[in-house]
Amino acid sequence: MLVDGITCALIGAGLLFFWAGTAGIIRFPDTHSRLHALTKADNVGLGLLIVGLALQAPDWLTLGKLAMVWALTLVAAGTTAQLVARAAITKPAARRGPASTAAIPGDTVRSKDRAS
Amino acid sequence: MSGLAATGFDLMLCALILGAALAAIAVRDLFGAVVFFIVYGVFVALAWLRLEAIDVALTEAALGAGLTGVLMIGAVSRLERLTSRDQDQDAAGPQSPPTSSAARIATMVGAAGIGGGLAWGFITLPPSAGLQLAVAENLAASGVENPVTAVLLNFRGWDTLLESIVLLAALIALWSLARDQDWGRRPGLRQHARPGGVMATFGRLLPPFGFLLGVYLVWTGSAQPGGAFQGGTVLAAVWLLVMMAGLKAAPRVSSTRLRWALIAGPLLFIGVGLAGAVAGTFLGLPTAYAKPLILTIEAGLTLSIAATLALLVLGAPMAGDGLGPDQPDKEPAR
Amino acid sequence: MIASATLFGLCGAALIGLGLYGFVVQAHLLRRLIAFNIIGSGIFLLFGASGARDQLASTDPVAQALIITGIVVALAATAFGVGLVLAFAKVTGQTHLPEESDARQRPLKAGLPDRSVQTIVKDPAG
Repeated sequence: MLVDGITCALIGAGLLFFWAGTAGIIRFPDTHSRLHALTKADNVGLGLLIVGLALQAPDWLTLGKLAMVWALTLVAAGTTAQLVARAAITKPAARRGPASTAAIPGDTVRSKDRAS
Repeated sequence: MSGLAATGFDLMLCALILGAALAAIAVRDLFGAVVFFIVYGVFVALAWLRLEAIDVALTEAALGAGLTGVLMIGAVSRLERLTSRDQDQDAAGPQSPPTSSAARIATMVGAAGIGGGLAWGFITLPPSAGLQLAVAENLAASGVENPVTAVLLNFRGWDTLLESIVLLAALIALWSLARDQDWGRRPGLRQHARPGGVMATFGRLLPPFGFLLGVYLVWTGSAQPGGAFQGGTVLAAVWLLVMMAGLKAAPRVSSTRLRWALIAGPLLFIGVGLAGAVAGTFLGLPTAYAKPLILTIEAGLTLSIAATLALLVLGAPMAGDGLGPDQPDKEPAR
Repeated sequence: MIASATLFGLCGAALIGLGLYGFVVQAHLLRRLIAFNIIGSGIFLLFGASGARDQLASTDPVAQALIITGIVVALAATAFGVGLVLAFAKVTGQTHLPEESDARQRPLKAGLPDRSVQTIVKDPAG
């Protein structure tokens, strides 16, 4: 019962971070501050969700899988954030409008302009 | 989940699915539409989870959202290069379709009619137990414990065999779009990942995990959700990642080794089927050997599916577009 | 409370309608492919949900197997479609079919991608 309460509190806190990150990506003015809001808030949010769920895990295997989900997401989020940030610096005009933050595979797919 | 909360969750998920689909169709920016389409795929995967169809959820997340997303993003970026900028802008807007508003309304009414008719048909469908019981009764004879894998590789092995050949046919059709002078080139997106950069590091870090996950999904597919299609998709994604990170060039379409990898699965499948024909029925698996036979077929299929899917996403070899990192940026002399 | 299967079945029917509308109204070929995929997954949802309406266990495994097959074939068809769209764009510089063009449509772009394309374009005219 107590564990359930802690899980609920942790997941609620995680959702709050997701909410803040989403607000940031909608409201912030440029790619880099949006990225900042998105990655910071979402990574913490996901971490809280995972810790909350880990308390409910029936065995160590599930715990390990949850930990791996978190670790892999952190690596992937960090990488994509780097790529998007680089794409935003090297070719600011590559995309029109607010969709620029979403150019995730930018470093590889869209980097035709950069001298090789 | 208890009744009311579950229904609330389902209603919210339905709203999100429909909203994402609407955005994917109507949003002005083409790239934005593609992003909404990917989000839509993830929501649909959640819907499959709610229907307790976990095998389908895995497939939808990996193929419907993942690989189709890569394919579409690649297509948008290539289209930008192939068409002039202003024309692209014109094309991206919702005002570009030449349909008049009267035609639009007529289309809307027609589409709503078809959707409504299907909904009505669905609601009034007489209840039927379907084939669940038949599958459950014969599951013991199939050699595997996951009913979906039993259907895919044993009860309806024909469908899966022909599907793997359809995949191959699609790849041949795609390659046939290449012009003669481009034939033998490497297919795929242009890569400019910096050698020591983040993408290259990511491309080195993730493949071991991805490979493990892909093989695990195939192996566990005999008892739990998973299987050759889900595992093969993960392996295809790993291969694509390695190519995107600039660590390995895409293979030439004329490579013999590649050709063998593409046909290994269907060949193995047909071989097992013919062996079954000698013993009695084509594609019939004797219960005693069913599990090792299914795992053998799945191993071959996984290799072929991974190679075929990755090459389908890379597209036809195309000059000035499908250059591997080791090729000069010019057309071959004619 | 409503059964999940009923809700998602209706959602699938709505998706088919939505996708059909997009498929007819949008002229951009890539957008048509997206609409085609939305129709496809709508059909899968409708089909899978009708196999899950009895609360026996989970969704009918035969339906699941057919849907998995369908998703894979849909990807294959989409990949071929993207290949066709790219080949079409390479030859014409357009992302619409010629019969979809209206007065606002610009003529062929000035600098065609390469020489061989020009010959392809010219050939039919003689």
